[in-house]
Amino acid sequence: MTSFSNRSGSVSGTDTDTSLFDRRPLTFDAKLKRNRLNGLFTLISGLFATLAVLPLVLVLVYVLVQGGRLLSLRLFTELPPAPGMEGGGIGNAMLGTVLVTLIAALIALPVGVAGGVYLSEYAGKSWFGQVVSFGNDVLAGVPSIISGVFVYGLIVASRVFFGQSYSAMAGGIALSVLMLPTVIKTTYEGLKLVPNELRLGAYGVGASRFVTITQVVIPAALTPISTGAVLAIARAAGETAPLIFTALFSAFWPDGIFNPIATMSVLIFNFAIMPYQAQNELAWAASFVLVMMILAANLLARWLGGLSKI
Amino acid sequence: MSSDHGLSTDALFTRRRRPSSEKLLDLGFRQLTLALASIVAIVLLAILVTVFQGSREAMASFGLRFVTTSAWDPVNNQYGALVAIYGTLVTSILSLAIAVPLGVGTAIFITEDLIPTRLRDLIGLMVELLAAIPSVVLGLWAIFVMEPAIRPALELLHKLLGWTPFFSTTPQGPGMAPAILILVVMVLPIITAIARDALNQVPIELRQGAYGVGTTRWGAIFAVILPAAISSIIGGVMLALGRAMGETMAVTMIIGNSLNFDLSLLAPGNTIASMLANQFGEADGIQVSALMYAALILMLLTFTVNVLAQWVVRRLSLKY
Repeated sequence: MTSFSNRSGSVSGTDTDTSLFDRRPLTFDAKLKRNRLNGLFTLISGLFATLAVLPLVLVLVYVLVQGGRLLSLRLFTELPPAPGMEGGGIGNAMLGTVLVTLIAALIALPVGVAGGVYLSEYAGKSWFGQVVSFGNDVLAGVPSIISGVFVYGLIVASRVFFGQSYSAMAGGIALSVLMLPTVIKTTYEGLKLVPNELRLGAYGVGASRFVTITQVVIPAALTPISTGAVLAIARAAGETAPLIFTALFSAFWPDGIFNPIATMSVLIFNFAIMPYQAQNELAWAASFVLVMMILAANLLARWLGGLSKI
Repeated sequence: MSSDHGLSTDALFTRRRRPSSEKLLDLGFRQLTLALASIVAIVLLAILVTVFQGSREAMASFGLRFVTTSAWDPVNNQYGALVAIYGTLVTSILSLAIAVPLGVGTAIFITEDLIPTRLRDLIGLMVELLAAIPSVVLGLWAIFVMEPAIRPALELLHKLLGWTPFFSTTPQGPGMAPAILILVVMVLPIITAIARDALNQVPIELRQGAYGVGTTRWGAIFAVILPAAISSIIGGVMLALGRAMGETMAVTMIIGNSLNFDLSLLAPGNTIASMLANQFGEADGIQVSALMYAALILMLLTFTVNVLAQWVVRRLSLKY
C-alpha cells in the first residue's frame, strides 16, 4: 500500500533561493507518521470489509451444512410431521411459496411495468407524475409488516373473498404491495436509458405512440426490466412478515387460493421457535431450499444485467 | 392518396392520415398506463386510511398516554407502547452506530483501489448477496448459531459494565443486544452499496488535485473524497435507519418479545414490528386497535426518516 509521496527521483536544484523548498529526498519513508497512519487506516478498512463479508460466509456455511444434509426426495413430497413426530417434508410449503409468489407477480408485474411506462413515457414533469414518483418512493420505504397489517384490515378482517378470512390470495396481494415499487422503479430507470433517437426513428417511419412504446422502446429495455422483475420476485419469495397474518399457515396441501396456505418463510418462522428437533431441522431444510432459490435468482438477474445492449 | 409530384403512378411518398382507430388505441394505452400508475398513490392512501381507521378506537381511549406508558395488558384492556417504541429506537440507532463505520469502511476498501479489481468485485458481490438472504433465515441463524456464540462476550460485558443500567441484567438468550447485531448484518449491505455508489461518483479530478498537492491516500479520503460524497452517504444511512426500524422477522425471533420495560441491552425487549408480528394474528377487540395505533406510529417514524433522507440528498449534494 503506497502513497503518492513515494515517487523516487529528485528535484534538481535551481538558481532560485533553495531555502524556500523542503530539501528532503523524495523517496518513500515508511517510518514517517503520515505513512504509518496511512497503513493503519488501510488495515482498519480491510478489517471492516472482512467483518462485513463474514456473516454471509457464516450464514451460507450453516445453511448449507445444516440444511443440505437433510436434503432428500421425501423433503419435497411429504407434509410436515405433527409436533413430537419424526421425519416428514416441506412439500406443501414449497408449493405454497410458488403459488403465493405467482399471485403477487401476476398482480405487481403488469401494474408495475405499466406504471413505469407512464412515468417514463407520458408523465414528463407533470404534477401527477411527480405525485406518483414520490408515492412510489414512500411505498418503497413502508415496512413489510405494515403491508400485512393493511391487507389484514382490508381483506382478511372484512372477509371480502367469499367469506374467507385468511387466504393465499390475501398473502399474494400483501406481497404484491411490496413488489410494486421495485418493479416501477426498475422499469422507469430501464426505459430512461433507451436513447431518444430510437423513439424519434420510430415516429419518423410513421409508427404511432402505442406501436413505438410496445414494439421499440420496451423491447430495447427488456433486459433491465426483466432483471428488476427477477429481483422483485426473489425478494417476495423470502418475505415473511406480510404473510404471517394474511396467508397464515397450513399443515396440509394447498386447497385453492381462498384458503390458508403454508409457505416456506412462515414455516421457518413457526418451526424455528418450536421446541422439537424434527421441526427445527425442517426449518433449516426450508432455509436451504429458499436460499438456493434466491441466490440462483440473483445470479440470474446479474447474468441478465450483463446482457444489456443499451 | 395522391402523389406530391404528380409525375408518375408510382408515388415516392404518400401522405398518410392517422386513422381514428389508431388515435383511439394511442389514447386508450395512455389512459391505461395512467390508471395503473395511479394504483401506487391509491394503495398508499388506502394503507394510511386503513391503519388510521383501525387505530381510532385506541386513539380515543388512550390518546398520547399510549406513547408514554408501558402497560400492555390484554386482560384489563390497558395498552401503552413505550416498551416497543423504546426498543424500536434503541435497536435501530445502535445498530446503525455499528453498521455505519463498518459499511463506509468496506465501501472505501472496495472503491479506492487498495486491492486488485477481482477481489473488489468479489467483496462487492458478496455484500450484495448478503442483502438477498431472507430475514427469516438470518433469524434462524441468529437463534441457533449467533446468539450461543456471542453469549460469553455478552457475559463478559455484564461482568465489566454491570454497574451501569444498560448492562445490568445477565444475558439469558434472546435480548436486545443480539437483535442489534442481527440488524447490523441486515443494514450493512444497504450502507455499503450506497456509500460505494457515492464514492464512485466523486470526480477523478478531485482525487488528482488532492494527490497533486502531496497528500497521502487516506489524507485525500478524509479531506476531499468523503466530504464530496457525504450527502449521498447520509441519505443512505437514513434509508438504512428506516429499514432497521421496520425490520420484523429476524428481530422478532431473537429479541425475546418482553412486555416489561428494561433499560438493559442484555435483557429481552420488543419493537413495534415484532409486537405486530407476534400478536396481530391472535388479537381481537381493542387490542387490534392498539396494535394498529402502534403500526401508525411505526409508519410515521419510517415516513419521516425516508422523507428526510430524500431531502438531505437533494439539499446537501455538492455541485461540481
